[in-house]
Amino acid sequence: MTMKIKKMSKYTRRNFITYVMLAILFVVVQALVSTGNVSSLIKGQLVPICAYVVMAISLNLTVGVLGELSLGHAGFMSVGAFSGVVMATCLQTVVPIAWLRLAIAIITGGVFAAMVGVIVGIPVLRLKGDYLAIVTLAFGEIIKSIINNLYIGLDSGGLHMSLLTDKLNLAEGGKTILGGPMGATGVSSISTFTMGMILIVVCLTVIFNLVNSKSGRAVMALRDNRIAAESVGINVTKYKLMAFVISASMAGMAGTLFAMNYSTVVASKFDFNTSILVLVFVVLGGLGNMRGSIIAAAALTILPELLRQFQDYRMLAYAIVLILVMLATNNPTLSAAFRRFFGSFRRKKPTSDAKGGAAQ
Amino acid sequence: MSFEKRPETKLVPVPSTNIVPERDVDKTPILEARNLGIDFGGLTAVDDFNMGIGRTEIAGLIGPNGAGKTTVFNLLTKVYQPSRGTILLDGTDTHGMNTIQVNRSGIARTFQNIRLFNNLSVEDNVKLGMHNQINYSTLEGVLRLPNYWKSEKRAHEKALQLLSIFDMQGLAHAKAGSLPYGAQRRLEIVRALATNPKLLLLDEPAAGMNPSETAELMENIVKIRDAFQIAVLLIEHDMNLVMGICEGICVLNFGKIIAKGTPSEIQANPAVIEAYLGKKKEDDAK
Amino acid sequence: MTFLTYVISGISLGSVYAIIALGYTMVYGIAKMLNFAHGDVIMVGAYVCFFATSRFGLNPVIGVLLAMFVCTILGMVIERLAYKPLRQAPSLAVLITAIGISYFLQNAAQLLWTSNPKTYTSVVGNGALQLAGGQLPISYVTIVTIVACVAIMVGLTTFTSKTKMGKAMRACSEDKGAAQLMGINVNTTISVTFAIGSALAAIAGVLLCSAYPILTPTTGSMPGIKAFTAAVFGGIGSVPGAFLGGILLGIIEIFAKAYISTQLSDAIVFAVLIVVLLVKPTGLLGKPVSEKV
Repeated sequence: MTMKIKKMSKYTRRNFITYVMLAILFVVVQALVSTGNVSSLIKGQLVPICAYVVMAISLNLTVGVLGELSLGHAGFMSVGAFSGVVMATCLQTVVPIAWLRLAIAIITGGVFAAMVGVIVGIPVLRLKGDYLAIVTLAFGEIIKSIINNLYIGLDSGGLHMSLLTDKLNLAEGGKTILGGPMGATGVSSISTFTMGMILIVVCLTVIFNLVNSKSGRAVMALRDNRIAAESVGINVTKYKLMAFVISASMAGMAGTLFAMNYSTVVASKFDFNTSILVLVFVVLGGLGNMRGSIIAAAALTILPELLRQFQDYRMLAYAIVLILVMLATNNPTLSAAFRRFFGSFRRKKPTSDAKGGAAQ
Repeated sequence: MSFEKRPETKLVPVPSTNIVPERDVDKTPILEARNLGIDFGGLTAVDDFNMGIGRTEIAGLIGPNGAGKTTVFNLLTKVYQPSRGTILLDGTDTHGMNTIQVNRSGIARTFQNIRLFNNLSVEDNVKLGMHNQINYSTLEGVLRLPNYWKSEKRAHEKALQLLSIFDMQGLAHAKAGSLPYGAQRRLEIVRALATNPKLLLLDEPAAGMNPSETAELMENIVKIRDAFQIAVLLIEHDMNLVMGICEGICVLNFGKIIAKGTPSEIQANPAVIEAYLGKKKEDDAK
Repeated sequence: MTFLTYVISGISLGSVYAIIALGYTMVYGIAKMLNFAHGDVIMVGAYVCFFATSRFGLNPVIGVLLAMFVCTILGMVIERLAYKPLRQAPSLAVLITAIGISYFLQNAAQLLWTSNPKTYTSVVGNGALQLAGGQLPISYVTIVTIVACVAIMVGLTTFTSKTKMGKAMRACSEDKGAAQLMGINVNTTISVTFAIGSALAAIAGVLLCSAYPILTPTTGSMPGIKAFTAAVFGGIGSVPGAFLGGILLGIIEIFAKAYISTQLSDAIVFAVLIVVLLVKPTGLLGKPVSEKV
């Protein structure tokens, strides 16, 4: 076994460690849950953690691997959430098996988010740097506004949709799935921790395999040096869009998983603050570092729950922790002191440099 | 040098093509630039640029700083679209092509200010040069289908083979950005070669190299030309290198060609001496 | 007449955005960072003025001055403690730190002043100027806001072009290294920039809450994001651009609310921003940047 691990290339070994970490986590959590050793508080957080982990690794594909700052990632999550919920409600009677319905809903969420990703990506990716970031923010807000005013209902005649008014003209026995600012109500919460873990592993595998293939290399090349990438014949627009759309589609799947965990979902849940929250996971975990994203997303989702004993002070504490971690890892003097303090315990600072290397 | 003196340069013959080596079976030039020019706002950076390069010729483009040499490279590779003139690559007009298409048609280049993919490994940099020759789809890559393994294995072998030109196989796993300066310049050449070009443009390949490194580079450029049977056009300030390996030389000053010819012709050309070499001698005297 | 009313209220809202956007754009121009905490400095300014006038019954002018004073100190302290240590750090790290500061200010405000909304009493009273025989009422807040914005704009332009410190700021925004070699104290300059930006934020906070009199710890977020959008709209880093972007954004928002849809007004504002950036990728007055090959 050890021999085999040693023979693997550096990246393969790192990826392997990440998978092992996830497998151990899954087994431990499942064991704790089945023996009743997990508080209901944490238990309720299991699916959201999985959703945020997928959000973090997918945003890391955009920010860390593609190298473009996106401030509207929650918009794709929102598209995925609501398209998934609509699909699941439509299939309520057709597909009685809950996990299969969930899987179909997740795929639907991914497909819709990918389509929106194409629509958003084509104009956005023509811009650069902070301008690109602000336009992703703008799209995130637009998506939120639209879904906030979208009404969708289902009756024997099929789906009915309307913007701004709730006059859906539903036939007898029809039901409203999405009620504008009221959000989607009466969702059957069928998301499971197992499905969440499967989604994480699938997304992680796609990213790892992508990064170590021709297309992933091209994406990282244009992050490092666009002009050089063009000079060796790499189609910059194609690969930018590809990475962006894959990232959007994963966010959509995470959105469905997240939404199907609750009986009510509102569009304002997926706002600018959620986009920023996910960005915090990515930066704290290290750009391009998928394992870091997973750990940061899980830890920072649980942290406010653990800080509950501090009640009103918990978000303040969260803010201070965030600022201190950023200072400690990015200021040369402070990070040196930090490392001395922890001695040989840590080999390397947790956040990688401005632009991470290959995904780990 | 003032603009008024320029009419004198008309004494120098400016043929439409440069030196075509005797060894070339096909005597048509691989690259022909006709009346190429570009304006930035009101400023004419390059004007009336005519040059031909033989299929296995090593040609040099020299001139004082700011003469427009790198601009010529940017025009040939379509980083800038020319304001006027024609570029014929292997007889095909590159009008309307972008950088990517020009590269696919056979021009590869290096950059004056090194542009590597700094966070990627040396091997990945070379594989990126081979990007358009590796044939598997994104889906095949993500699903790791047999075609992925086969193509990647072939790419890996070819990358190592290309790196061996400069004895860099040992550095395959190093991060490109962490290499010493000279090695970065060599890696850029390998990456450009990996795109399988017909014409290689080298922008100051010897900049920052010491004399022994430069000598080695000269040997290697010739070796590359012989092994790959391609044409090389290089911009260089090191006159030993230019006069040592170039068969045809083109001298640029204020965006215009002031002389063309073999190294010995150029060295004897009064316009060149005045514009360029003469000035250099004065500097040396100081 | 209603059209004119909309134009005037658009300019009024736009003036608030413009004042906030000036703070964003100055800090961006000089420190090359997106100061996401700027919106929350607005909120702090509004609270300070609220307590000074409503609780302690101070003169509104003193209230505004006090708010400016507190915000100036706050801005400089934030810069010194959180941003200065990260001068060499990657821009994303600074961005996340700014977000941390934003969370901190919001939650600190919530602890200090609770999340119950405070009803703001306008600093200039609730009266209105009746024009065209009472058909075109213009509230005093509107007039004060527009006048303040124009005065600030003129003042800032004069400051950056005429004074020594203003020139130092422009030098630092071009090239910090070169500015330092010319004997300009870069740290002081950045500090002063933050001070000015934060003082402007205080004024914006008071004016914003005088026009829209509900004050909560998150009051500053949305105007902050919109003003940031306005700064980008006009070309981030450009002072006249921030002014123009702010005014235009305000007018577009009011028009969208009046003629299209109240619920979708934000979406329309952002859609206009996207269209503008696609036509002019560096904003209305931004300078195009080209990369040397």
